[in-house]
Formats: sequence, structure tokens, C-alpha cells
Amino acid sequence: MKPAEVKIQNIEKSYEGVKALYNISLDIQPGELFGFIGPDGAGKTTLFRIMASLLLPDAGKITVSGLDVVANYKELRHILGYMPGRFSLYPDLSVEENLRFFAGVHGTTIKQNYDLIKDIYQQIEPFKNRPAGKLSGGMKQKLALSCALIHKPALLLLDEPTTGVDAVSRQEFWNMLKHLKKEGITIVVSTPYMDEASLCDKVALMQKGQIMDIEKPAVIVEKFGYQLLSIKSNRMFALLHDLQQFEHSLSAYRFGDSIHYIPESPIKDFNILSYKLAERGHSEIVIKETQAVVEDCFILLMQQSEKAHGINS
Amino acid sequence: MESTANNRVIHVRELVKKFGDFVANDHLNFDVYAGEIFGFLGANGAGKTTAMKILCGLQRPSSGTIEVAGFDVYKQSDQIKKNIGYMSQRFSLYEDLTVKENFQFYGGIYGLSATEIKDRTRQMLESLQMTTSADMILRDIPLGWKQKLAFSVAMVHRPKIVFLDEPTGGVDPITRRQFWEMIYEAASKGVTVFVTTHYMDEAEYCNRISIMVDGRIEALDSPAALKAKYNAATMDEVFIRLARAGVRSMNG
Repeated sequence: MKPAEVKIQNIEKSYEGVKALYNISLDIQPGELFGFIGPDGAGKTTLFRIMASLLLPDAGKITVSGLDVVANYKELRHILGYMPGRFSLYPDLSVEENLRFFAGVHGTTIKQNYDLIKDIYQQIEPFKNRPAGKLSGGMKQKLALSCALIHKPALLLLDEPTTGVDAVSRQEFWNMLKHLKKEGITIVVSTPYMDEASLCDKVALMQKGQIMDIEKPAVIVEKFGYQLLSIKSNRMFALLHDLQQFEHSLSAYRFGDSIHYIPESPIKDFNILSYKLAERGHSEIVIKETQAVVEDCFILLMQQSEKAHGINS
Repeated sequence: MESTANNRVIHVRELVKKFGDFVANDHLNFDVYAGEIFGFLGANGAGKTTAMKILCGLQRPSSGTIEVAGFDVYKQSDQIKKNIGYMSQRFSLYEDLTVKENFQFYGGIYGLSATEIKDRTRQMLESLQMTTSADMILRDIPLGWKQKLAFSVAMVHRPKIVFLDEPTGGVDPITRRQFWEMIYEAASKGVTVFVTTHYMDEAEYCNRISIMVDGRIEALDSPAALKAKYNAATMDEVFIRLARAGVRSMNG
């Protein structure tokens, strides 16, 4: 089967008067690894449920390889693999029974598509007789992914597969996705972890039901458009407040072991800045220019949209 | 912040917890001091939750000496509970109660008087700049606010130590940073903060961190010292190098 193409046109959705999605439009190319990046409440799950034909939009249209998710939902479900954010397999069935069930529902067998899931399923196969509910978190995730893949879908929807997962398992999971991409499956994934954006071919940055930007991750960071300084001193907590209060400060926030500082206009001579900080009692001052990452861009976009709309939360 | 026996608020020696043959916590040793922000890291399945439950007096250890806020976990778990606050990843506020009612409920559980509850609710709402939202039903409040509220509620009885279990999961990058400012403020007033997180940049915000692998503490130091020791640029690198050596996370 050919990897699916997804066209999302003007999707709107409200729950009891509360808007969850505002006029969402975008295209996902066949074979793309596409990421929806955003915190809880961005609308990611709502959009995934509409794409998976599990929820009706209030307005707009989504097609997957030409199939309308509302009118053609039966055909759609056979070319679609969906892994919801919450564990949704049968906890009282064994690992193997779950997999056999999902294969059977789609009119196939484990044997027929074993090649596709082999690398993932082999890691949990030693526990194939264990009830799925008794697996550890990482194993549950691998089984859920196997079940979503067993009918060889053209489109794989993964809703927050790495939330609450440790850094090592997250890295492993993304390696699995890279392998799957080679099998010719379009993969759509959502995540609240900004650092995972760089692992996607293209990303949509989402916040409060809206898309703030859609680009290749490299383009998102290129578009940042400000000088970004990474600053350290012996008093980090005070440093944050001092930088926030500087006259020409656009933004200052913690970033790992340093503060990211955006001046209103680029600073050429760091000595002046260093002197101003020393005046406020800082020592061991280190100022470096640094490259923005997706998280910097997300913060900037959020601040700009809050300024524009006066959203306050 | 000093590290002396006098201001030690958590004292753990040779903590072992077994479930049948499975050793969840394998001879843990560490101390945490007043006003310290202590990051408790580890892969899924490394044994963090078990250790946290023991420190909170919710589970008995198999062996070892453990004191929390000066009380013995075997004999004085009730006193421990009165002196600690706890906030979990999926916070424990009541969605169908108002903001104010949640404060009243938890204040009542901790035995505060009606006046104390009223005063503290007002103070906390002021510092959160949420006075106008006191009568809102919790479910109608944005997630970022809920998380800040949950932290304040966990502090309503002015505990010596507050345990935060993945407090910032799923939160936007700005709110996540505001949450950490609340943590710094609490620590600057002498409250000890014991926190778990999967965001490795947050590990940098802690005074000291421990990294658990397969039930043992494999590393414990300041983020700067750990990066130097493992010759790593970020805490992410340190964590991945240590956790990769673990057997349990590979199966888990």
C-alpha cells in the first residue's frame, strides 16, 4: 500500500461552547513524519480523533488518500493505525491475544504482516502469554504500537506516545519511528516535548486550538529572527530577574543551566552587558551568542500571540 | 544552604525494598537538607516511585534507617504525613469543586482552623494573582493554573518538605518555567523540594540530583559536578549514559 496523503481543511471543533480547534488547515505529504508539537490543551488529541474518524468536526473536512474521514470512515479505518494517548488494549487478554484480535478485526493474521512489526514485537515476545494489563509502561507501548501496525496501515497516528516516558525510552521510540518511515508509512505524531520536534520532517506548533507555525524544524529555528544570548553567573535566580528588568529586554527565561536572553536589538559589545551585571553583584559572568532551538521559537510565538490577543493564563 | 546534620530533613541509610524476589530499592543512601531542591531522576521502572512512597510514609521499607522531617518512617508515619506536602503528576485537586473549596477541603484535612484556611486561601490566591477566580469550578481553569494551584494546595499546611512527582508534565514551556519560579521561591523560604521530572533541562535547575538505575543510586551530585564527572555538555547526556546501562529499562 502507498503511504497516505492527509489534507486537513478548515477544521473547527467546540465542546459545549468551548473552542478546541480554530480553523485548522494543513497538508501532510505521503511518507512524511509529521509532528504536532504543543502542550496539553493545544487541541492535539481532538484533531487526532477527528483524523481517526472517532469524532465529528463542527466544520471543515479531512481526507486521507482521498477518503473523507466522515463519509468514507469504514474504508478509512482499514488503512489507518491509531495509537491513542491512553493505553487502550484489552488488559485481561494476553499480549499475543491482543495482537491476534487486532489482526483479525482487520481481516489479516500476525504471520502475514510479521515483518513490519518484527523489530518491535520481538522485544515483548518473551512475555506473549502475560496479560497486557500486567506489562510495564514501555512494554505496553511496544504492544500498542504493534497492534496499531498489524494491518499494515498507510497512515499511522500516534497521540503522545512519549508522554511520561524517560529520556532513554523516548530515544528508542523515535528510532523505531525512523525505521517504520522506511517501510513507506505516513506517520503523524503528537508530543508536548519540544526537543522531539527536530526528529520530525515537518512540524505544526500548536497552542490553545491554533497552529502558530507549520514548517520543517530547521526552517522554524532559522525564522527566529532575534539575537539569542546564553548567559550564566554565580547567582542564577537573581540573574533571571535582573535580565527581565533590563530596559531593552524583550525576553529572558531559564534554559537548562543558563538564561536565554533576547535583547530588543542585537548587542555587539558584550562587555557593556557584563559590566551592567557586575554592577548588580554578579560574578563568573559568561555571555555567549547561541542558536535558537524549537523551544525558544515556541516561547517567542506564545509571547507574541499573547501580546496580540491579550490571552492571559 | 548548609549541609549539616542540623538542617538535614531527609536521612536515608541502606534503604532496601523488596517485592518477593524483586529488589525495587537496593541499598539507597542519601541525605537532603533544608531549603534544598533535590532532583530524583531515573528511567521508568528504576524504583523512584517506590522510594518516594516510602519517604512519604505510604509504604514500609523492607529494611534500612529512614527519617523524614526528623521522624522515623517505621513508627511515626502519621507525623511525617503532617509535615510533608505531595503533588502528583495527575494532580489531586477536585475538578467539580471551586478553587476556594479545594483549599478549604485540603486545609480541613490537615486540621487547619477556619480562620487559618481563610487567611491562607486569600494569601495564596493573591500571590497567584487569582483572587477573581476563587469561585471558578476547577474544571474550567486552564491546565497551567491548575498545576500552580495544586502546588499551593500541597503547601497549605506549611510543610517542611514538598514532594513533586513529575509536576510539569504536558505543560507549555512558559508555564513550566513559571512553575519552577514557584519552586525557587518555596526553597528560598526554607522549604525542601524533592522533585522528579523527565525534562532534563529541569534537572539543571536542581541544587543536587540523584540518578537511579535498576533500584540503585548510580550518581548523586550537583548538575555541574555530574556533567564534569561524565564529561558531558548536558544533563540529558549524563542521564542517557547512566540509564542505558540499566537492564530494567530495556525490558520495560
